[in-house]
Amino acid sequence: MGTLLDVVDLQTHFVTRGGVVRAVDGVSWDVAEGETVALVGESGCGKSVSALSIMRLVAAPAGRIVGGRILFKGRDLLTLDEEAMRRVRGREIAMIFQEPMTSLNPVLTIGRQMTEGLETHLAMTPTAARTRAAELLSMVGIPDPARRLPQYPHQFSGGMRQRMMIAMALACEPSLVLADEPTTALDVTIQAQILELMKSLSRRLGVAMLMITHNLGIVARYADRVNVMYAGKIIERGTAREIYANPRHPYTLGLLRSVPRLDEPRRARLDPIEGQPPDLSRLPGGCAFAPRCAFCVERCVVETPPLRPIGASSHVSACWEAERVRAVREPAAERTSPQGGSRT
Amino acid sequence: MSEVLLEVRNLVKHFEVGGGLFGRRRGLVRAVDGVSFAIRRGETLGLVGESGCGKTTTGRSILQLEKPTSGEILFEGRDLTRVAPDELRAVRRRLQVIFQDPYSSLNPRMTVGEIIAEPLSVHGIVRGAGARRDRVRDLLRHVGLLPQHGARYPHQLSGGQRQRVGIARALAMEPALIVCDEPVSALDVSIQAQIINLLEDLQAEFGLTYLFIAHDLAVVRHISDRVAVMYLGKIVELADRKTLYDDPLHPYTRALLSAVPIPDPELEARREHLVLRGEVPSPLDPPSGCVFHPRCPLAEDRCRRVVPELREVKPGHWAACLLV
Repeated sequence: MGTLLDVVDLQTHFVTRGGVVRAVDGVSWDVAEGETVALVGESGCGKSVSALSIMRLVAAPAGRIVGGRILFKGRDLLTLDEEAMRRVRGREIAMIFQEPMTSLNPVLTIGRQMTEGLETHLAMTPTAARTRAAELLSMVGIPDPARRLPQYPHQFSGGMRQRMMIAMALACEPSLVLADEPTTALDVTIQAQILELMKSLSRRLGVAMLMITHNLGIVARYADRVNVMYAGKIIERGTAREIYANPRHPYTLGLLRSVPRLDEPRRARLDPIEGQPPDLSRLPGGCAFAPRCAFCVERCVVETPPLRPIGASSHVSACWEAERVRAVREPAAERTSPQGGSRT
Repeated sequence: MSEVLLEVRNLVKHFEVGGGLFGRRRGLVRAVDGVSFAIRRGETLGLVGESGCGKTTTGRSILQLEKPTSGEILFEGRDLTRVAPDELRAVRRRLQVIFQDPYSSLNPRMTVGEIIAEPLSVHGIVRGAGARRDRVRDLLRHVGLLPQHGARYPHQLSGGQRQRVGIARALAMEPALIVCDEPVSALDVSIQAQIINLLEDLQAEFGLTYLFIAHDLAVVRHISDRVAVMYLGKIVELADRKTLYDDPLHPYTRALLSAVPIPDPELEARREHLVLRGEVPSPLDPPSGCVFHPRCPLAEDRCRRVVPELREVKPGHWAACLLV
């Protein structure tokens, strides 16, 4: 499969009173046609800003894309004029946000919000657009679409609103959907419904997907390839299987070990990553993860590690000590009474 | 088996809605609809369920932040629903809470030290400014903060540090029971584990009892001794942790566990996923019979008519389902 989106050395900065925040700091990744790629990381790591940068929706004047290229089907989106970019947004690349209520217009009917894109991008007549909108709603599992079209967003439940967002995103048959924490605001049983829907639709329609999330379980279930971000940089990339079975960056390893898991015997204690994520306007020299890292050596605090291949596969890690990082499974023991060491 | 610290008997909390500006029909939200459970001293009881299931209202009723419609809440032998207002203050000291969002529950104009010292003076727990300062420093240390954090304001702290302040404030009152209402769900994954370990350490050190309200089933399994699952205002299953997770009986519990994605791609590819149809019905108009029947993959005709009682299916394992 060919490369659909190729992000090369993307840099997006924000100017704040505290200084320049390098939210996305020289990041390269790609998505092949029909593939689902994940961007994983915690708040402030730059994953959402990456997606907004692709859509060229970073809020100016504070935020600005200061470097890099975003090659979509071979064209650099950063060189397009605003008119050409508008034809890409929604038509070729669509976006699904975490909270549909804040991205829908509360005073327009569902029908109007859905037909607008169809009329603008696909030059459909109002009647044809309406028919298509009803088809789309029924495709995402909203019963009785004809009755739903004249309703307003507040008359939909959270799960139904997210189904509608998916319908709107797929309306113009884009080749890429950027999904930014699409199920984080939803309950777990509704989350399962929405994710299964997204997966089956993306397969059926051959749509590539960028899945942005902090949830490692969702990534494991739905992503083909994974990019792990920390402090504005990608620090590890590989297939989902490589990343989970054989993490080669201490941050990835720490994330995987810090969450309790339902498939393993209960551990007596969780292994958190100690310390706090760094302030992006005052990044230390060297590796940004070094102050929290158990594998840290002298070189880590002076020299920033580049992404480099681990073994023969496509697996890459930005860690000088990657060869030492191993997913050691602890002997897990079921504990019967509350216990715990003292904390200093 | 140690003594029972808190017993909730048949708790009901209904909210009236409507009847406002446009005179619409008044309705009754059955937020909590007949909930009973007990927590033993030193134990952690997990309360799980999805939004609107009534878990937070149950916690708030125990804390006397909501006045229950009916039912009893026996805490250290006294029924809190009948305690006189002037006595309530003494009871409240023993009954503390940690909220989901530490930012909105900390006064932005007070320093961390003032936030922790305030209840010490209001309740007369520590007298004298010097002694209070010592006690604040001591509490900061217990929750993993440094003495200099006491001089900072909440906005100068990270989310995890703010949650530590919330915990220190609850701890200041020397409580017997802490209601933890989604205490880690607003925090980043790497910080969640820090706070969970801290809660466990403090429980061991001070003999605390927790009611741990959360929607994250893996976190609840980690921290709880026993777990109750709520759906639409009712407890549908209650058992010790191991039994509930290894041998769930209620179809809703099974669906919940199946819906949680596990961070292992190979396992996820093999696993069978039970995806529930439909959504949680409105507590304004709950379904007849078993409230879960419209979404239940096993529902039979009688489930539409008969309300299942929460009954002890096996010793210590309770379920509200006609089919188990």
